[in-house]
Amino acid sequence: MKRIYMDHSATTPVDSLVVDAMLPYFTDKFGNASSLHSFGQEAAQALEQSRQQVANSIGAKPEEIIFTSGGTESDNLAIKGVAYRNSRKGKHIITSTIEHPAVLSTCAYLEKEGFEVTYVAVDSDGIIDTEELEKSIRDDTILISVMHANNEIGTIQPISDISKFAKERGIYLHTDAVQSLGKIAVNVDELGVDLLSISSHKIHGPKGVGALYVRKGTPLQTLAHGGGHERHMRAGTENISGIVGFAKAVALADERIVDDAKHMRHLRDLLINKVMNSIDNAYLVGHPTKRLPNNVNIRFSFIEGESMLLFLDMKGIAISTGSACSSKSLEPSHVLTAIGLKPEDSHGSLRITLGKDNLQEEIDYVAKALVEIVGHLRAMSPIAGKNPSLR
Amino acid sequence: MYNEKVMDHFSNPRNVGEIEDADGIGEVGNPTCGDMMNIYIKVKDGILTDVKFKTFGCGAAIATSSMITEIAIGKTIEEALEITRNDVAEELGGLPQVKMHCSNLAADGLHAAIEDYRNKQNIKK
Ligand SMILES: Cc1ncc(COP(=O)(O)O)c(C=O)c1O
Ligand code: FES
Repeated sequence: MKRIYMDHSATTPVDSLVVDAMLPYFTDKFGNASSLHSFGQEAAQALEQSRQQVANSIGAKPEEIIFTSGGTESDNLAIKGVAYRNSRKGKHIITSTIEHPAVLSTCAYLEKEGFEVTYVAVDSDGIIDTEELEKSIRDDTILISVMHANNEIGTIQPISDISKFAKERGIYLHTDAVQSLGKIAVNVDELGVDLLSISSHKIHGPKGVGALYVRKGTPLQTLAHGGGHERHMRAGTENISGIVGFAKAVALADERIVDDAKHMRHLRDLLINKVMNSIDNAYLVGHPTKRLPNNVNIRFSFIEGESMLLFLDMKGIAISTGSACSSKSLEPSHVLTAIGLKPEDSHGSLRITLGKDNLQEEIDYVAKALVEIVGHLRAMSPIAGKNPSLR
Repeated sequence: MYNEKVMDHFSNPRNVGEIEDADGIGEVGNPTCGDMMNIYIKVKDGILTDVKFKTFGCGAAIATSSMITEIAIGKTIEEALEITRNDVAEELGGLPQVKMHCSNLAADGLHAAIEDYRNKQNIKK
């Protein structure tokens, strides 16, 4: 059976050019970048070239890039690093209700450590309430962390607006750009951020590598102590092959972003229109335009997401859902709850995240499969029967 | 995630639908995740001659609904009341731990339908 992958916000296949770039660094050029001999210098050179590449892409200086094990570590380092280092200035942090768990759980942990966190609400499209955010700033606020684009509903936040009052008040601003990198412009000066998290495996690079941008002069507490790697900010022998792969993925994304985004946006809108026109009681979740070019999130009334996902999987289609039934905690997605969806509405939500290699014919196939599956499940649903207007 | 038997009942559920002139209807909701299940029964001489279901829920909820209709049909009311949550999961060859609560829904639904039947019988008397 042909398989169709439309879960690119979960992870992406590694580009073959990225694999080619990485391979020599497992065997021939395997050196430790801290070693002084030629093997080590080869690795050190690759490391610094990669740093330059990643820095260029986001408008940063190479010395402002710390390589990490991915988005989760970058978020942890940014938030805990700023919090611990600036706790004498204040212990108040502001974030949003729809952040990735890498941010939310880190904040919850800091609350146990005596920090105070304000979780600013979002509107029904998932856009943060900037007025409420501004009002929640206190004299002891040290950090604002708001994601650039949401991983579930694709909503893009007004980071540069937030940056204005963060700067005025001398508060550090962090953004999680894991989902936006490679899909929309990510530039640290245009966004006006002091810290920015990115991850390789979401942009056709290898898993387990990412970076944190730290604007020069931003005081940060080290979390991993050891050798003097990454300018003493993150100890541990560098994952050279992974970092080289990440840098190659960044370079490829930079080359292709205009064409890829246009292609994905076209497919996104085609899929949304097809589904909306052929299935009743289906609703787009998230902002209609301020959304990632590859994100489709639609909810279908009267049916449940995991059962849709299983039927789609049987047809070779890979997507994800925000339904409570599919989560380990049996709670609906916190993002869907934060935008005001009732649990029964979150139940029927599907996230379809496109990639640069998806094809128009795949969109047609998925749209058709959805019509069939939604119809089948609604015929089985005790609540659908009470609603006559079903197609 | 699910075994073959569960997937079989999920993808080809037995006895889906409503019974127009049901003798008892059980409508239960799942407090854990918010799903719903309706079970319809037809009773003749104390025996469940037909059982149908409608379910709004996950793969396990649909599979356990389907399975309980198969187990229940042909049983006496007394036997049907003894079907436990575990029986359904066992018949299906096991469910992931986080999904055990879905089999509760199926057993509760059947028992609620029988209770509804008994209440209606008492009113008739
Ligand atoms: C918005 C966001 N932040 C952080 C992460 C975590 O990144 P990683 O998987 O590289 O740890 C993800 C990935 O799921 C994400 O979508
Ligand atoms: S019905 Fe929700 S987890 Fe099974």
